Amino acid sequence: MTDAIVAEGLVKRYGSVVALNGLDLKVPEGTIMGLLGPNGAGKTTAVRVFTTLLDPDEGSARVAGLDVRKQADELRKRIGLSGQYAAVDDNLTGFENLDMVGRLYHLGRARSRERARELLTRFDLEDAADRPVKGYSGGMRRRLDLAGALVAKPSVLFLDEPTTGLDPRSRLGMWDVIEELVKGGTTVLLTTQYLEEADRLADQIAVIDQGKVIAEGTADQLKEQVGGERLELSVATTAELAISKEALADLAVGAMESDERQHHLTVPVAGGSGVLMEAIRRLDGESVKVLDIGLRRPTLDDVFLALTGHHADNDSAGDDEK
Amino acid sequence: MKLLQALADGAVVSKRNLIKIKRVPDLLVFSTAAPIMFVLLFAYVFGGSIEIPGMDYREFLMAGIFAQTVLFGATITGSGLAEDMTKGIIDRFRSLPMARSAVLVGRTTSDLVNNALVIVIMMITGLIVGWRIHSSPLEALAAVAILLLFAYAFSWAMAWIGLLVRSPEVFNNASFIFIFPITYIANTFVQSERLPSGLRHIAEWNPVSAVTLAARELFGNTSPLQTPPDVWPLQHPVLASLGWVVVFLLIFVPLANYQYKRAVAR
Repeated sequence: MTDAIVAEGLVKRYGSVVALNGLDLKVPEGTIMGLLGPNGAGKTTAVRVFTTLLDPDEGSARVAGLDVRKQADELRKRIGLSGQYAAVDDNLTGFENLDMVGRLYHLGRARSRERARELLTRFDLEDAADRPVKGYSGGMRRRLDLAGALVAKPSVLFLDEPTTGLDPRSRLGMWDVIEELVKGGTTVLLTTQYLEEADRLADQIAVIDQGKVIAEGTADQLKEQVGGERLELSVATTAELAISKEALADLAVGAMESDERQHHLTVPVAGGSGVLMEAIRRLDGESVKVLDIGLRRPTLDDVFLALTGHHADNDSAGDDEK
Repeated sequence: MKLLQALADGAVVSKRNLIKIKRVPDLLVFSTAAPIMFVLLFAYVFGGSIEIPGMDYREFLMAGIFAQTVLFGATITGSGLAEDMTKGIIDRFRSLPMARSAVLVGRTTSDLVNNALVIVIMMITGLIVGWRIHSSPLEALAAVAILLLFAYAFSWAMAWIGLLVRSPEVFNNASFIFIFPITYIANTFVQSERLPSGLRHIAEWNPVSAVTLAARELFGNTSPLQTPPDVWPLQHPVLASLGWVVVFLLIFVPLANYQYKRAVAR
């Protein structure tokens, strides 16, 4: 398999701030790579280099076999970009926005119009097609922006935080749209602050911190490093804590951690809510009075803590479990 | 072929900007409301106290109003670009295989169309308050052409400032400092020879004075009782105006392009 995106030692500095610090990345053709990291990790800078918006200070990058610096003109014909700030014109209608993009991809008048209508239907924007974008909801804007990135049927698609700032319902809608999209075999580079999003959409995940890839693998591989899901419970007494430990021992997929003073137990598990149900049944059977119990999935912050020893340093990343 | 493609791309971007005029008509209303008030103010309030030898002040006034109007109209280029810079749309444009020049060419072209529209409205206003064209239709057309050409060249200067400041609010204040003296220390509303000597020199060499006088002469709004000041640009206002257009384009097209590249490479 050939690689649709290859980056070697990308460096980009803004004065004393190092946005990219020797970023290496390979994305095989037809796969979805999730670039995971907190704000300021360098995700957007990387996307801007790949989409020819920004020249790197050092290193090289090839997208669809073309050098981002030397073959930028040729490359732009083959990529689509949908950014974190929806790049649509408020004063134009949805149709006019897509038609304009088609014209600028040089599809010609008839083909541009046809493609615009096609995409509006596909992204469920038919009814709003001839209304100015000004009146669109946040979710509709993002869908239109994504449609704009697809006008020329690009072979490599860049989605820079496609769901940041969306409400949970629009986010789910957006995920459906993206999942549908990538069935077509397009190579996608997706940046996100949400492990859950990368987990759902990406084949491979690269964790990025301070302008560098610090870990790479499938969602499962990363979660293994982080410890995966955890069952957390609190009980009233030390005696009950001991009983709980014994009752749940064979559900644990790793070492249990218990806090004798707080009567708090953390059990690494696998299997989702089924395990939670089983745990509750067992504890009930032992007549343990459970004060609090819950399943905790690893967040970006957990990944960071496990990989780097420091927090993601990001106010919006940690509280994002839905 | 490449040039044709670039022009086509510019036309697409220009169409985008023109749709905005249609969707947000306030823009056109406000860019004509102020000059119309100026016409009324000078025609009926100040005009009575300003004496122009050999003619009614309103005949003298309108060429100055036209010059003022297209200059203010050209500032839309700067505020429009500054506004675009704050949004994601420029990134979208830059990720497309379109001509690099299209954003600036499209912007200045749509503002030229806007200015043409505004000048028609102002000519109708002038006709209502008693201004008349005393020359041939061809000469009148030449007057309009010179006003629009100068406005087009000037909008490249505004583009440069807009890209330099990158904020529509800052641009509006910054351009004011620039545009106020160039519009009013000139022969737009009074005869430059009546100004105190220091200002008079500035006014005589001000490009806006040449453009205003060129329009005034081509519309036939001058009188044999007036003799243009004895400086080259006002002796040859049409040639001088065209010269200024070339100078402005030579300076500000490269500057605006340079600043555009700088502004987006972040």
